[in-house]
Amino acid sequence: MRFAVTKVCASGAKARAGLLQIGSSGVETPALLLSTRKGLPAFMSPDLLSSLPLPDSLLLNVCPTHFIEVPPSKTISNIGGLHRMLGLPDHILVAAAGESTECLPSSDATNKFGASFETPAGRKLVKPSDYMELISCLQPNLWASLADEVPAWVNEKRNKTSVERTLRWLDACIALDAASGRNSLGVVVGGSSIEQRKLCATEVSKRNVSGFWIGGFGLGESVEERCSLLNAVTDCLPLEKPRIVSRLGLPEEVLEGVASGIDLFDSTYIYQLTMGGFALIFPIDMVEREMQNGVFDSSAGDSAKINLRATTYRKDMSRIVDGCTCFTCQNHTRAYLNHLINVHEMLAQILLEIHNTHHYLRFFRSIREAIKAGEFDIFWKQFVENRRSQIAAAAIRE
Amino acid sequence: MALRFEVLGRFNRARAARLTLPHFTCQTPLFMPVGTQGTIKGLTTDQLETIGCQIILGNTYHLELRPGSQLIDDLGGLHKFMNWKRALLTDSGGFQMVSLLHLADITEEGVTFQSPVDGKPMLLTPEESINIQNNIGADIIMALDDVVKTTITGPRIEEAMYRTLRWIDRCIAAHKKPDVQNLFGIVQGGLDPVLRDICVRGLVERNLPGYAIGGLAGGEDKDSFWRVVAQCTAGLPEDKPRYVMGVGYPLDIVVCSALGADMYDCVYPTRTARFGSALVPEGVLKLKQNAMATDERPIDPSCPCMVCKNYTRAYLHCLVTKDPMGSQLLSYHNLSFMARLSRDLHMSILEGRFPEFVRGFLRVQVCLALQSLFYHI
Repeated sequence: MRFAVTKVCASGAKARAGLLQIGSSGVETPALLLSTRKGLPAFMSPDLLSSLPLPDSLLLNVCPTHFIEVPPSKTISNIGGLHRMLGLPDHILVAAAGESTECLPSSDATNKFGASFETPAGRKLVKPSDYMELISCLQPNLWASLADEVPAWVNEKRNKTSVERTLRWLDACIALDAASGRNSLGVVVGGSSIEQRKLCATEVSKRNVSGFWIGGFGLGESVEERCSLLNAVTDCLPLEKPRIVSRLGLPEEVLEGVASGIDLFDSTYIYQLTMGGFALIFPIDMVEREMQNGVFDSSAGDSAKINLRATTYRKDMSRIVDGCTCFTCQNHTRAYLNHLINVHEMLAQILLEIHNTHHYLRFFRSIREAIKAGEFDIFWKQFVENRRSQIAAAAIRE
Repeated sequence: MALRFEVLGRFNRARAARLTLPHFTCQTPLFMPVGTQGTIKGLTTDQLETIGCQIILGNTYHLELRPGSQLIDDLGGLHKFMNWKRALLTDSGGFQMVSLLHLADITEEGVTFQSPVDGKPMLLTPEESINIQNNIGADIIMALDDVVKTTITGPRIEEAMYRTLRWIDRCIAAHKKPDVQNLFGIVQGGLDPVLRDICVRGLVERNLPGYAIGGLAGGEDKDSFWRVVAQCTAGLPEDKPRYVMGVGYPLDIVVCSALGADMYDCVYPTRTARFGSALVPEGVLKLKQNAMATDERPIDPSCPCMVCKNYTRAYLHCLVTKDPMGSQLLSYHNLSFMARLSRDLHMSILEGRFPEFVRGFLRVQVCLALQSLFYHI
């Protein structure tokens, strides 16, 4: 794995563009990790996945604990690891232990032996040795170490313990790794304590890791806290290694993360939108923003997304987003999606996941463009202002 | 008549034909997957084309309920609504009489359903069924017939058969688009050869573009099933397509094709996929079984589909019945299997090797299936 920062924003801002190279695949950052279940997207089979923009859509987040029951490790190894098993030989697979839909960290049950997760098969305790056995047979391109992620409301003692455990488990994982941590991402926790966050980040930086996975966010901290915590962490991390943050999914959260020096984002935002019947429509660039101003009907959603379940779309023969080149917009109408959602057909989620992923990948592309043009600050400011004025206009209309 | 049916090859009663419909030119024998609510569950229209599906079904009863056939018509018809460029067939709503019977009341006028969605009564007359199907715009539409289960005996079967003949005339009269939509009649009569014969003659007199053999695939024993199919295909005209409704299992499709039938539909391949079962030459592979967790082979080594080229039984075992992706991948494979079966039937008849194909098919199904009882296949 090779990572290089290719552009840093001027005037002291921390946003940066970079290039992540793994094998023969190179992906520009900031970038999005697509979320998966048992390695594949929730609804997009590989033939549908391959219609998404490349190389952006090569980056997938995989949760090893999805494979804790089946198949057995030996079978996974015999098949040839994740890439072979999933039929995705060219993709960049980044593994991390907990995620927000099927493998939630259960900090109450976590103890000194291992991290506990709530899974569809019940509560599972994962020790570093269990975790590394999975990692060694799955063979992802990058893997985050096992961590003790705790919600923002735990007491100081518990928070301190989580940092100690996370560091101990990081060392244990590296020790158990045949490549001695060459493809590892050290996890940084520390809850809502700036001090603990800085401590953890500094300590993790000392280890032989290829990058950093910033965890413990999206678990109850306030939006204001998060900004300062995130910056405290990135200030302590070396510039030349990639930083990934999990559970920051909303466009505004992504922009904040980018401004704090984050390179990769892992979240279930797209999955949650899809499950709710929402389709992203927010304008990607300045031209689109101007076109959208004043012509938006807020009765079914807001200017960022529409809820295709709403009756207003029953006979709407337009595309989700005019001019969108995704499979869904090239082939189907809002009316058809409205019907599918209302009769609970699986195709609804398939088509929505395709569009939402495509749209969000375009958003990331425009972020990269803005950074490379030295205009990230303007881009961010305009995006937020545009959102505020849309919401204000909608409020006035009501 | 809005179709052309040309028999290209024969073996005894079996035929390989070209069926030219307004939206697509098909090769028969063929299997039609069922897309009840304007979609095949879990598959895109693109994937269906790649798999080789030629005609898919939509269901009149369900589509009228949601989103409504008038809305579909306003938006340009079902082809446009779901963006399916090939052929469509809609059934009349008649099958719901059998499958939702405790909600239905059948009279000479039509069938009154109690809608399972909102409890309101819905009256489906022959005229209304044809009107709805005209709105939906499928290449082939089905007459409303009075369907009874083959497991029922007594005068109800005779009543249903005569009513079906009376209703076909009402359907023909109500049909507004005979130049672009083909109305097929449905032969009823239960398992009684006398009744079946009367119905066949009655429908043939009406000179319809095609004929279906209905009222089967509902629990009758196989011996009765194939006899009825054989009798009907013998009595139906040679130069028109014959559609056995609700079939089904690959073996039944092979047998019916040998007896001279051309078209089939069933929810089985897609439904069984959602329950974790894959169709293979030996029969059915139940991916949920524990033995599958360590099985590194593809579902079917001889299958060229995307699923068999990329995935092992072990990985699919994790997904099936737990993740939507499991349903999708298995449905994809099962429909590929059925499309290949259709192609094999057409080509083997056309190329004069139908008996060899059937022998090979049966050998794998029966002998290897028996073997698998003793060894793990």
